[in-house]
Amino acid sequence: MIEKPMIIQELEEIQDTALEALKKIENEEALQNWRRDILGRSSAVMSVFSNISQHPKELRPLIGQVANQVKQTLETALLDRSEIVKEAAILQKLQDEKLDVTLPGRRPVTGRYHPVSTVLRRIYAIFADMGFQVHRSRDVESDLFNFELLNIPAYHPARDMWDTFYVEGEGVVLKTHTSPGQIYAMRKNAPKPTRAILPGMCYRYEQISARSEIQFNQLEVIAVGKNITFGDMKGTLNGFVRRLFDKDVRTRLRPSYFPFTEPSAEMDVECFVCGGKGCSVCKGSGWLEIMGCGMMHPVVLQNGGYDPTIYSGFAAGMGPERISMLLHKIEDIRYFWGNDIRFLEQFR
Amino acid sequence: MLLPLSWLKDYIDINLPLQELARVLTMVGLEVDGIQVVGLPLPSEDEKHEFKFEGLHWPADKFVVAQIDEVMPHPDADRLTLCRLNDGSGELIVLTGAPNLFPYKGKGPLTPSIKVAYAREGAVLYDGHKPGFVLTKLKRAKIRGIDSFSMVCSEKELGISEEHEGIIILDMEAPTGMPLVDYMGDAVFEISILPNMIRDASVVGIARELSAATGRALKIPVRQVPSSGPDITGNAFVEIRDPALNPRFALGLIKSVEPKESPYWVQRRLRLAGMRPINAIVDSTNYVMLETGEPLHAFDYDILVKRAGGKAPTIITRAATEGELLTTLDNVERKLDSNTILVTDTAGPLSLAGVMGGLESEITPETRNILLEGASWNFINVRKTSTRLHLNSEAGYRFSRGVHPALATWAIDLCLERMQQWGGGTIYQGLIDNYPQPPVDPEIKLTVADVKRKLGIEIPPQQMAEILTRLEFECQIKEDFIIAKTPPLRLDIGTDEIGKADLIEEIARIYSYNNLPETDLADDLPPQRNNASLELEEKIKDILVSLGLQEVNTYRLTSIERENRLFPKDLAPDLQPYVRLKNPSAPERAVMRRSLLSSVLEILEKNSRLRDRLAFFEIAPIFLPVQGELLPNEPRRLAIAMTGKVENTAWDLPESRLMNFFDMKGILESLLQALHLDQVVYEPATNNSMHPGKCAQIKIGEQIVGLFGELHPKVKENYDFLTPAVLVAELDLETLIALIPARFESISVPVFPPVLEDIAIIIDEEIPSDRVEALIRQTGGKLVTDVRLFDVFRSEQIGQGKKSLAYSMTYQPQDHTMGATESTALRNKIVKRLERDLGARLRG
Repeated sequence: MIEKPMIIQELEEIQDTALEALKKIENEEALQNWRRDILGRSSAVMSVFSNISQHPKELRPLIGQVANQVKQTLETALLDRSEIVKEAAILQKLQDEKLDVTLPGRRPVTGRYHPVSTVLRRIYAIFADMGFQVHRSRDVESDLFNFELLNIPAYHPARDMWDTFYVEGEGVVLKTHTSPGQIYAMRKNAPKPTRAILPGMCYRYEQISARSEIQFNQLEVIAVGKNITFGDMKGTLNGFVRRLFDKDVRTRLRPSYFPFTEPSAEMDVECFVCGGKGCSVCKGSGWLEIMGCGMMHPVVLQNGGYDPTIYSGFAAGMGPERISMLLHKIEDIRYFWGNDIRFLEQFR
Repeated sequence: MLLPLSWLKDYIDINLPLQELARVLTMVGLEVDGIQVVGLPLPSEDEKHEFKFEGLHWPADKFVVAQIDEVMPHPDADRLTLCRLNDGSGELIVLTGAPNLFPYKGKGPLTPSIKVAYAREGAVLYDGHKPGFVLTKLKRAKIRGIDSFSMVCSEKELGISEEHEGIIILDMEAPTGMPLVDYMGDAVFEISILPNMIRDASVVGIARELSAATGRALKIPVRQVPSSGPDITGNAFVEIRDPALNPRFALGLIKSVEPKESPYWVQRRLRLAGMRPINAIVDSTNYVMLETGEPLHAFDYDILVKRAGGKAPTIITRAATEGELLTTLDNVERKLDSNTILVTDTAGPLSLAGVMGGLESEITPETRNILLEGASWNFINVRKTSTRLHLNSEAGYRFSRGVHPALATWAIDLCLERMQQWGGGTIYQGLIDNYPQPPVDPEIKLTVADVKRKLGIEIPPQQMAEILTRLEFECQIKEDFIIAKTPPLRLDIGTDEIGKADLIEEIARIYSYNNLPETDLADDLPPQRNNASLELEEKIKDILVSLGLQEVNTYRLTSIERENRLFPKDLAPDLQPYVRLKNPSAPERAVMRRSLLSSVLEILEKNSRLRDRLAFFEIAPIFLPVQGELLPNEPRRLAIAMTGKVENTAWDLPESRLMNFFDMKGILESLLQALHLDQVVYEPATNNSMHPGKCAQIKIGEQIVGLFGELHPKVKENYDFLTPAVLVAELDLETLIALIPARFESISVPVFPPVLEDIAIIIDEEIPSDRVEALIRQTGGKLVTDVRLFDVFRSEQIGQGKKSLAYSMTYQPQDHTMGATESTALRNKIVKRLERDLGARLRG
């Protein structure tokens, strides 16, 4: 039996010592040092390969074999240890990076729409689904379009219904309602049918208060065709109201008077805040007055370019600010043009 | 219109609960705004009620009719009396200070006894001595040594009116011991009368609507004319100058009537209906006006005779002459114009027709003989007169909306009868009736198809006729149509197509809107078109909101002074044409704005102390008068105003940079880019509102679309801002929208890698940076797809009047990979061009 050469013993010792040392290594830097010392070019193990010629020829294969084994063992151990060290390092890093997640976030600046724009868009969208398109018209209007063509001649008692702002010059007013737009929209379409919504700013000489403004938006809905009935008006407006407020909301119509419609009605919606029991929003009545409406008056149809013996139509008008006030329980109509940032910011 | 329930019940048997009655009234178009209970029970708190209820309930065991049999002096107090009173359950002594019992004091037992409203111990009523209506409970107390635990009541204490001068003295017939609520408990409905339903500003009118809605019979009051008495003929004459102004003028005559107090029930009704009782003569005219809707006027006949020199007077109606004078019965001398219709006699004006009587011929306590006028007037003239003179009377209210002439004689007859019942006297036989222009009461043919076309439901002719007959139309029923003749009591029914619409409304109203079917629109869909102008406006809003701006909506009415704040004080323009109001509600809202920026800036100022970052925009019209045109131009503008910090601060980012010119420019660049507008040029510009060195205009092609910059320090002084810089922009939205391309084409994602290269050059300070960028792009052509300035640098080393600009360029060939030789060549070409054209020097 050939005696174990010295060098093999030494290699085995180096291996044991190195593995022992490796087990204690906890970080990447020490790991690299260990690699340099144990497996580097000038390390004891590696020098066995370069000095192999110093050993007797017959022992060289054995020495080479053992040295290779040692090298492989150490390399494998290094890889394993490296995995462990990396994992530990990640865990440590995660630990060190822990945040107080309850600290407030950094908010980017955000823009917002004015609440009137928001409610108008909602109304546009609902009517668009029913084939109604938006027509807009001017603010400073002639007496002819604001009154005369709408069946409101001068000194008609109905003129009391609007406290009008008159503009310097003859027969010019700030439009008191969006109804002049009816004539424009009908004349554009007649004799083809019309389905239009007419939003716009209106003006009335009022004492400004929490309930009334001198300037306010109005939105009218008109449909004209050969087969349009009061029933269609009910169906269309009820459909709108159910989409706007609540799918089960109850409505009622009660007679009213507008010079440009006949029959005329007011539509009330059962108060969606209290469900009709009576609350501060509906002032105890259980009903919310939501819009005026009616079948288009023959004179208005005629002025719009439709033969009233063949065509019929309906019109309805509502106040977007009022709807916004009801939807969001806004207490004071002056907030809309006041534009206090503390009000506007709530409409995110 | 205030409608006492008890009065209504004179003309229709109706026994609905108050709330149900209010609902029926509302559903026929007589909207009930509130119900004032006067004795009747109020609905309980938890009962759902749709109407506003107010008032006092008189429980039957606490309030009764009682009789005072003797009024005795109080032993210790002159101003108090002791009443021996019987409340039906026995005799007791009640203490009172009512002055209207003093005449009976110490007169011994009274025959007949005085009937009063008596409240027992524990009754809750209004405190007569406190202002307003404050509830109090009757408790046992000793007043001046006499036990007091109950009281005889005034109207105020019972909630009938504000009257507290004395106690109520009931009519003699009132049954002692009857609960007061049964004797005169009432409720007053406050009803809004629609402009086309002026016929219902009357108790009979409302009863007629209720009759139509419920099917209960209507009992119309008619005077029982006696067969004998003196004849009116020859006692007065009438001359109508213009029948268009005065279609009918009728007179009745009653002599020896006494202007004494009306019976208590009449006074109470008038008070509940909102009128002040005066005497039997005046009360009867007011009563009949409220009853029938026809305003009447009573003249003192003797004064007319005197004015006519002792002869029978001749009444002449005519238009007033310009500047003619009349003193009305409110003792104001009125200067008239030719729109006013006058009732005159041979001696001159007597009254403003349909509006107000004259002072001279008014009823006085000495009046005994009455000439009673019932007439009808052109509503437009009445309206012009009451508007011009600011005279609001009950007569003017009705006549200015149109009263049917047929009502005149009916009302005169009723009034003469009432006047005689309440004030005595002799009614003369017949009326003097001048009726030159009876209106045509339209007769309308209405088919089942007409109704179906408008209402979407077939109503048989019988049912249509039934509804209209209840409203007093005379109807002929045919196979599939009716012919309906308008009753002579309303002027709101037209002819032909309008008349049909009017009748359809009447049918729908009584049939009830809520019984009509609900259907889906089945008519042809109109041609569908886009509203590009609105859609682009909304898109611009979306972009601005996404860029962190807050939308505002401002007043379009402003004042010139407010708009002039936008200019330095010494440079404010003074002669710009404005759309001006004739009747502004306030000086600060007297004109339509010419500047949207001015409106938005006001809002920025208002919020300047509330937040440290503010960025507002609005899209809305401005108003520019056009020479020779009736109506102004109303172009839309976009205004932006910003100030303060760039971003929100946070706990770990306590500081933020303040916004400057380039934050505004960046927003505008992003906006225009998002709208796919290229070829945008920013040029230095000047404007009186802007900092001269920090102002630019935006040009797209040849069009100037807007201006932006930092507010001029002198302008900023006009506002309350704490921040150093206020950035503003105003864009012409109409021009901008017209330039936005309808669509854009995308570019394919490049297959070959881009080459990125930076260059830094030194050039003269005066050369604007956009020329450098433009030159790089021009030189590089299609290969250069992006040029971005990433640094601007100045230093002594670079030299006075010089700046260094550093650009990052992207070369992007479309069909090959760019090699080093090619990119170097391109770079050299660009550098050479910059050196040659701009005198640039490459920075080492």
